[in-house]
Amino acid sequence: MIPAAFEYFSPTSVDEALGLLREHDDAKVLAGGQSLMPALRLRLAAPEVIVDIQKIDELHGVRDDGDALVIGAMTPHSTVQSDPLVSEHARLISLATATVGDPQVRHRGTFGGSLAHADPAADLPAVAVALDASFVIAGADGRRTVPATEFFQGMFSTAVGEDELLVEVRVPKYTGWGAHYEKFNRVAQAWSIVSVAAAVRLDGDSIAEARVGLGNMGPAPVRATAVEAALVGQPATAEAVREAAARAADGTSPGSDLNGDADYRRHLATVLTRRAVLAAAGTA
Amino acid sequence: MTRITVKVDGSSFTDEVEPRTLLVLYLREQLGKTGTVVGCDTGNCGACTVHLDGRSVKSCSLLAVQADGHEITTIEGLATNGELHPMQQAFHENHALQCGYCTPGMIMQSIDLIADNPNPSDEDIRHGLEGNLCRCTGYQNIVKAVQAAAAAAPAAPAAAQHSAVGGAQ
Repeated sequence: MIPAAFEYFSPTSVDEALGLLREHDDAKVLAGGQSLMPALRLRLAAPEVIVDIQKIDELHGVRDDGDALVIGAMTPHSTVQSDPLVSEHARLISLATATVGDPQVRHRGTFGGSLAHADPAADLPAVAVALDASFVIAGADGRRTVPATEFFQGMFSTAVGEDELLVEVRVPKYTGWGAHYEKFNRVAQAWSIVSVAAAVRLDGDSIAEARVGLGNMGPAPVRATAVEAALVGQPATAEAVREAAARAADGTSPGSDLNGDADYRRHLATVLTRRAVLAAAGTA
Repeated sequence: MTRITVKVDGSSFTDEVEPRTLLVLYLREQLGKTGTVVGCDTGNCGACTVHLDGRSVKSCSLLAVQADGHEITTIEGLATNGELHPMQQAFHENHALQCGYCTPGMIMQSIDLIADNPNPSDEDIRHGLEGNLCRCTGYQNIVKAVQAAAAAAPAAPAAAQHSAVGGAQ
């Protein structure tokens, strides 16, 4: 199908984009368009105005900012996936990004676009909560920074207001940490039924720190804090990790759908968490 | 209407387009490049794959206005002086198609694949073609064709492809 008609703008600065968003009530931001375009074509979305932010230079690229990496919202997945800084300091992001969509989608789809879309079954939100990423949002009163736990507010819902724009994402450095992204789906291209993003820092043979994020275990990504706490000080053995991973579904409220009911998802979360943490420890 | 200037298969075009025009429909209906086909409404099938600044994209998931200022290569731009591109030749020789509907997209994605990875394993090829569906179950011969093309032109297509990588990245 063909999208419903809309008015199109292609601003070249963040301020210009914000002005357009304030000026138009029913405006939608177009990043890489790999979720929005299918929605427009199926007429699940029919905004009156599209603000295409591709030509805003400052939104592109990855940079080193001391203790953190800064990933511009419009950086395509294919760039993030092969970026040496990301690979060195936030390997979990490289691994998860390599599983997003398919190669064509990764050439167009963007890091910020995927996060701002906040699909519960997407790959990057679980990674963002696991790594304590923070989100820089521009609005009329300047820029504010929101932690990942507050950024994701529900299904397709984030802290980005109607007249605001996600500019960049700051990720603390996890240099030397092991990482693994484990996603469970039926076939190529399918959404995750459940996904687990894990990063582990070892001290000798035991786990000194762990970060675990869960995808599609509720309307927003979840940080598995009970698992993280249980892992600290434990040896990175199958038995110890299995015991800690048994708490993966604590406090979650996953939905039921054709791919699996809530109990199945809770079970899956424990299995995938065990696999992800063990694999992450193996690469640390 | 919005004015765009694009380079398609080596020729420049400046056109007025409605902003909602999909890139694939601009290519087919305004430029007559019907070699690129539409397979699905959801961005899954990959039949409409073209190269934008040298990298594969699904032209049904892009607006023509997003291609403004960029360079596009379609399946129709691959052959030179009547000679098939090595990937087209390999698909032909390995009978890597049955009905042929997925073929334009398969070939465009396969070229992108070996530009990234000039010596792919069968598994690399299957993962690299994850975004392209063949409904005649012709995958075996498609994998064979990509292997043949990779063996026939080691590294050369990669260099040619990467020279075209531009600002969209």
